[in-house]
Amino acid sequence: MTDFTPLLSLAGGALIGCAAVFLMALHGRIAGINGIVNGLLTTQTGQDWAWRAAFVAGMIASPLILLGATGQLPDISIPSSPWLLMVGGFLIGLGTTYGSGCTSGHGVCGISRFSVRSIVATITFMATAGITVFIIRHVFGG
Amino acid sequence: MRIISAFAIGLLFGCGILISGMGNPAKVLNFFDIAGTWDPSLAFVMGGALIVTGVGYRLVFRFGKPAFATAFALPTRQDLDVKLVGGSAVFGIGWGMSGFCPGGLIPVLGLGMSGPLLTAIAILAGMLTAKWTTRLVFKEQTAGA
Repeated sequence: MTDFTPLLSLAGGALIGCAAVFLMALHGRIAGINGIVNGLLTTQTGQDWAWRAAFVAGMIASPLILLGATGQLPDISIPSSPWLLMVGGFLIGLGTTYGSGCTSGHGVCGISRFSVRSIVATITFMATAGITVFIIRHVFGG
Repeated sequence: MRIISAFAIGLLFGCGILISGMGNPAKVLNFFDIAGTWDPSLAFVMGGALIVTGVGYRLVFRFGKPAFATAFALPTRQDLDVKLVGGSAVFGIGWGMSGFCPGGLIPVLGLGMSGPLLTAIAILAGMLTAKWTTRLVFKEQTAGA
């Protein structure tokens, strides 16, 4: 069981939205994490590489800032086995690259621009994630 | 200035992820477990983010151009193809197996746990595999044509 946290989740979501708006206003970029990381892997100009690396570094540093501001670290618990994480991770990398986006790129930035591709992508990955969780938890009883 | 700004925005994004619960796989998996221990919180994350970007993007696009770049870099494709739907379907399976999406995972890497690191390495391997296979298929197509 996890607690239902509507207010914290809404506030966190709003912060994610603010970050996406700032990235567009200042850098002219979609805040799609898959796209930003994928750009780090392909040959890019130094300047293009630098903002992507800085953005990812900021994300990695965020727990420290949160610890400084609130005095506590977020609650993270990982129910999946290392095998599930490894196979799941591989499928995430493969799927988001072929599908040109993940939850942030399609689910937030794309939907707010009313992109048909993003709406279809989001419905698709939400559905297969739901089916996967159902099979793991209720068919195999993991 | 450009670098500092990108770092600060990444920081803000990461804090949003951690506060919202998107970085906690137990919460993410419970969101999808409607038939079991359902936790609808993540619908509020999407809702909060979409309200802000829905309004914010429209205001930003009125400026004409971003502060640190010559133009907004926006995807223009409108067509649906097998790669988009198939790739998204495969991503969802991976999300449901691990409880992590790319944006949820990266801030958690800062906590130094082994599970997230393993997931990140696997994601990078998947990305590189996708790039490599795309190149192979593309070459075959041009050779055939």
